[in-house]
Amino acid sequence: MIHLQEPQEQFQHDADRTTADEPRRAAVRKALGNYQIARGKTENAFASWQHARDAAATIKYEGVNHLDRYLREFEEKFTARGGKVFWASNSAQAREYILNLARERGVKSIVKSKAMTSEEIHLNDALEKDGYHVIESDLGEFIQQLKHEPPYHFVFPCMHLKRDEISALFERELGSAKTDSPEELTMIARRVLRQHYINADMGISGGNFIVAETGMISITENEGNARLTTALPKIHVALIGIEKIVPRLADLSLFLPMLATAGTGQQLTCYNSMYGGPRLAGEIDGPEEFHVVLLDNHRTRLLADAEQRDALHCIRCGACLNVCPIFKNIGGHAYGTTYQGPIGSVITPHYRGLQDWKHLSGASSLCGACTEACPVKIDIHHHLLQNRRNAVAEKKVWWEELIWFGFRHLMKRPWAYKLAVRLAPVGQLFHPFVYGTELDPVQSWTKTRDFPEAAPQSFHDWWRERKGARK
Amino acid sequence: MNPLSPNGDREAVLGRITEALREEAPRHHETPDKPAPTGLTAPFREWLPPVGKTRKEQIALFAKQSEGLKTEFHECASPEAAAKYIADLAKKGHWKTLALHKGQLTEAIAEYLPETLALLRIDDGYQKEVLETCDAGFTECESLVAQTGSVCITGRSSGGRALSVLPPHHVVVAHKTQVVTDLAAAYESLAEKYRGNYPSFISFITGPSRTGDIERILVLGAHGPKKLTVLLVP
Repeated sequence: MIHLQEPQEQFQHDADRTTADEPRRAAVRKALGNYQIARGKTENAFASWQHARDAAATIKYEGVNHLDRYLREFEEKFTARGGKVFWASNSAQAREYILNLARERGVKSIVKSKAMTSEEIHLNDALEKDGYHVIESDLGEFIQQLKHEPPYHFVFPCMHLKRDEISALFERELGSAKTDSPEELTMIARRVLRQHYINADMGISGGNFIVAETGMISITENEGNARLTTALPKIHVALIGIEKIVPRLADLSLFLPMLATAGTGQQLTCYNSMYGGPRLAGEIDGPEEFHVVLLDNHRTRLLADAEQRDALHCIRCGACLNVCPIFKNIGGHAYGTTYQGPIGSVITPHYRGLQDWKHLSGASSLCGACTEACPVKIDIHHHLLQNRRNAVAEKKVWWEELIWFGFRHLMKRPWAYKLAVRLAPVGQLFHPFVYGTELDPVQSWTKTRDFPEAAPQSFHDWWRERKGARK
Repeated sequence: MNPLSPNGDREAVLGRITEALREEAPRHHETPDKPAPTGLTAPFREWLPPVGKTRKEQIALFAKQSEGLKTEFHECASPEAAAKYIADLAKKGHWKTLALHKGQLTEAIAEYLPETLALLRIDDGYQKEVLETCDAGFTECESLVAQTGSVCITGRSSGGRALSVLPPHHVVVAHKTQVVTDLAAAYESLAEKYRGNYPSFISFITGPSRTGDIERILVLGAHGPKKLTVLLVP
């Protein structure tokens, strides 16, 4: 793998490479095709999916637009129940807090359930550097951790891998026997991880929702790994983005089915658990300590952009990735971001800098499939356009300016336009000498496509001739 | 040296939020003409998949959903019949130990279980390693949700957090009256029962543990129970 300096160059390089991998693209397309079928069926079981989307968007709008009030409410309720809240402005503060906690409590082994926020702040690297043994327990994340590769898709982390690749990986890393059965592969991971849940003294999770009313966080999963991570170790730390707020507990009766439907096509995922504090008096088990780290990490920058604020309604179902023609072709790794696909292209420029990440907003056909698929009605494809607009307004590109300058002057002067039209076929006579080479001014087009030939007759000429013939 | 207060950068984060919210955001959705939900009423209920009105219809729907989820659902005539059912499961699965908590229903059924099956009651604490080697966990629940085929458990009503997820088979018992229509109804009954003093753990279990992470092929028993049995008694 080649590492390039600029994110845009890296993106172009990686996208070229992944688009050429036809078998992998076919496998990803097939998996996403199955998702579409399952999702369609589940969506149709709703009395009205479209009304449900409006209701979900209304609740998220309420939560995000009164974020300060609801976060305070959450903090108050959660603290009263024996939980501890830590507010992190950036990734360094969040990492430092968790590291300090592990040091102070003499933690040795850490088990993690899926948390994209931890990918965002590179928590594993920091913990491992400090000598802690950290193990990912979600099957997909576990596989990606063994592979030393970031997740391919923030809901389906290893959807790009085939079973023989996973079998070979397990053979090499875990010394297991070769198998082509997904069930056997799953059982190998199950056996390995069981011991880790029991030995770990700290469990780290993410969170899908923060419930203000009752001071709880909610975690959605299928495998049971988050339940074990939060039941057995004596310390539970949940790392959550501040935007995950919902005002009331009953709101989850809408969001849980919608997240499952849009995320995987299930009516409800296997485990939807709400955690409101550490083990309380009279309870048999549960952690002694429960810490929630509320992560800003530039989310307030996106919040300040009223036009795109609804991007913070995102419940990370991944539906916009699953329907995106760009994602299907370039795959998840080419984006080079924690959050892939259309929603990642919208939010990454806010989190990591517009000029460095504006190219992602360009890599879109603006077909709007993402906006249609979004269960909370984020105006995704318009936000991609707004990012393009904002990037140009912030920093002009000299050669683009020059082209527009020339175009403007040409179009304002009929004589110049007509001259250019006459000269085009003449100029094209010289094109074959440089066609597709470095010297070709339109090389990025001619590398993969034919360049159209100039028409022998201009529209003006044709019109005049036609008028003449009528007379 | 830690320059941050114990609760971190609280004031800075909240300050940035308040500042950011000065400008109003456009809406990209229709706001329902009904007022925002207050308390427990969930006005969006009508958009979710429909559920029958009578208990009989609801139980039928729960049974149908269970089938799709690969949950084993069985109606038993009495606690004795439920014990007989569990004894059969134990025989078929060669169980040695059944872990359980002391509940009214679990104890009423445990009374009739064969003596050959060892019982481990975890109410006064347990060793993780020991619970892990038990063949099944036997618990009560808060409610059964017809709409989604889910079992609602809490840390207080269902033997804590681990009993229902660590052993490879989870057996749940519920009264017929515990069947509710949807998630909203399940939340309502929790609110009524606990009056704000919620247990630290609430979970909706919808089928046995599963994963589709490898080629999106369904495999049961990823990390949690491979089997889920729901027994309904009058």
